[in-house]
Amino acid sequence: MLPRRFRVASTRHDNHDTLTVHLEPCDGAPLAFAAGQFTMLQVFGVGEVPISISGDPRGSGPLQHTIRDVGSVSHALAFAAPGEVLGVRGPFGTGWDVADGKGGDVVLVAGGIGLAPLRPALLEICAERDDYQRVSLLYGARTPSDVLFGDDLRTWAERHRITVEVIVDRGEAGWTGRIGLVTQLIGKVAFGADRRLALVCGPEVMMRQSAVALVARGVDPSRIRLSMERNMKCGIGLCGHCQLRELFLCLDGPVLAFDRLEPLMARAEL
Amino acid sequence: MDTRILTTDGLQALVDALQTRGFHVLGPAVRDGAIGFGPVREVADLPAGWGDEQEAGHYRLRRRDDPLLFAYAAGAQSAKPLFFPAQEVLWRARHDANGVHPTPPDPEAGADGPVAVLGVRSCDLAAVGIQDEVLLGRRYGDAAYALRREGTFVVAVTCSHPAATCFCGSMGTGPRPGAGTAPAAPYDLAMTEVLDEHGHRFVVEVATERGGHVLDEAVRAGAAVPAAGPEDLAAADDVAARAAQAMGRQLDTSGLKELLYASAESPVWDEVATRCLACANCTQVCPTCFCTDVRDVTDLTGALVERDRVWDSCFGAEYSYIHGGSVRASTRARYRQWLTHKLASWEDQFGMSGCVGCGRCITWCPAAIDLTAEVAALRHDGGGRRDGP
Repeated sequence: MLPRRFRVASTRHDNHDTLTVHLEPCDGAPLAFAAGQFTMLQVFGVGEVPISISGDPRGSGPLQHTIRDVGSVSHALAFAAPGEVLGVRGPFGTGWDVADGKGGDVVLVAGGIGLAPLRPALLEICAERDDYQRVSLLYGARTPSDVLFGDDLRTWAERHRITVEVIVDRGEAGWTGRIGLVTQLIGKVAFGADRRLALVCGPEVMMRQSAVALVARGVDPSRIRLSMERNMKCGIGLCGHCQLRELFLCLDGPVLAFDRLEPLMARAEL
Repeated sequence: MDTRILTTDGLQALVDALQTRGFHVLGPAVRDGAIGFGPVREVADLPAGWGDEQEAGHYRLRRRDDPLLFAYAAGAQSAKPLFFPAQEVLWRARHDANGVHPTPPDPEAGADGPVAVLGVRSCDLAAVGIQDEVLLGRRYGDAAYALRREGTFVVAVTCSHPAATCFCGSMGTGPRPGAGTAPAAPYDLAMTEVLDEHGHRFVVEVATERGGHVLDEAVRAGAAVPAAGPEDLAAADDVAARAAQAMGRQLDTSGLKELLYASAESPVWDEVATRCLACANCTQVCPTCFCTDVRDVTDLTGALVERDRVWDSCFGAEYSYIHGGSVRASTRARYRQWLTHKLASWEDQFGMSGCVGCGRCITWCPAAIDLTAEVAALRHDGGGRRDGP
């Protein structure tokens, strides 16, 4: 339960309420992780929360977490000054295992901040792009100003042959793109008949509706992976908070296949 | 089996021998109008002549007209807090010019030495076994718990006077240590208290080599610890058999996991939610509940930082809070989570039930909610019929 010490190297403002914090290990030993894993990130004396890692799992750069400023701990994390030392435990949980999609088509569906946990998977695909067939990213945001990682989206589309479709709940002056729900895009995405893999991350209701739409497109529920969010206090299966019936989402998840999750997600307040 | 006889003087010699070995001896004690655990230096510290009366939402100590030392059922707390305290420090740090450097507390500081627990009843022994699996048997263990459990000396006791709220017989955990079907924590000695025409004595089963050595040390200190005779063994068997008959409640465990899983949308949850106060008492007295929260504490200057772990309960609103609200906003969902975890998903997670049948959640519920009655209601409702194929 003892955290490692990481120093804030820099912070990038992604949009009006979301920042990406870059951390360097005080002891010099980088933190190896798999795309989709999270850490327990803490501001000493304030609190600790689970945050997915948003950086490149193959890179040697700083450890990246993209944080939405919505609570006291996330605020303290997002606005930690360069030089400040934060506590890091982990990495914990299951990853996307995106390499399992090699040889086939991959569709990634993101809602809001859900793009951040998918970013390492996208970077992993970009690094070995030729090993995959068609890759699509369907990304829903509230408004055009909420869109994250704009530079990445352009790079992925222009340099890595990833079909990037962005849709927003509400438009703004100058927005010429789509307006609506991300689930609408699933009906049009280009898919082969076999070896398809879908990775979905966003609010729970959006993930469930996306998974249902993907199943309707003929994707096997065992090939649809969702990243689940629950309250977590330990990250190691001891505190009990993240239980979803028999699952400890910190150990068994956060990434789980839809065939396992479907009966549990169908129950309100489970 | 090596079985010996201790008189009350012999029991004192056992306590002395444990103390000589450096053990901090804990046993049942009357505290705040209930049986709890406290230090035992002399046999006189034990609750001689005390019994209890338990029902749903009801607990009273009662004076008995005999000198029995263990003639009561499950006390207000099990042995759980001895190894898994309600609050503990995870780490402390001083915030200075060099930054923050968290360090775990010195495990030796403030400790009274290894613990010997006297009078752990069978249900609670099973509960310690369950906690061992939960906290030590998986990928990540609880180091502080492991340290506290290490070397613990256990003198178990046969439950001779089960309460009206007891159902260890249904859960396979009692009333006699070692005789249950459910896995239990190891013990060194197991005693059955007997009072008959041959006198007041303890029939002691020696379960470990160490247990035998401690009894030998009591003998060297002058105590008489004779081998048990056939009449002693028969008397002890009789105590356990009568206790098994006196179990106040039952829980039909057949197909329990399937019943609970199939009953997720049962109206029984709505009904129990009209009575449940979501007060968390059941989880605070449960000998197997293990959920915890963390609290960050700083001094006024912010220079001293401490991270504490405290017991938590799935009945709290904050327990399931994520940005946007609590996953389990209703009392209905929280009671469903607690009962389903205890009796069903625990099996999937740990290969065993999370309930030992001690009845504490029934006794200490201020609304007198009885999980055996709620399970019966779910069975009556048919669970699967409503919801299944």
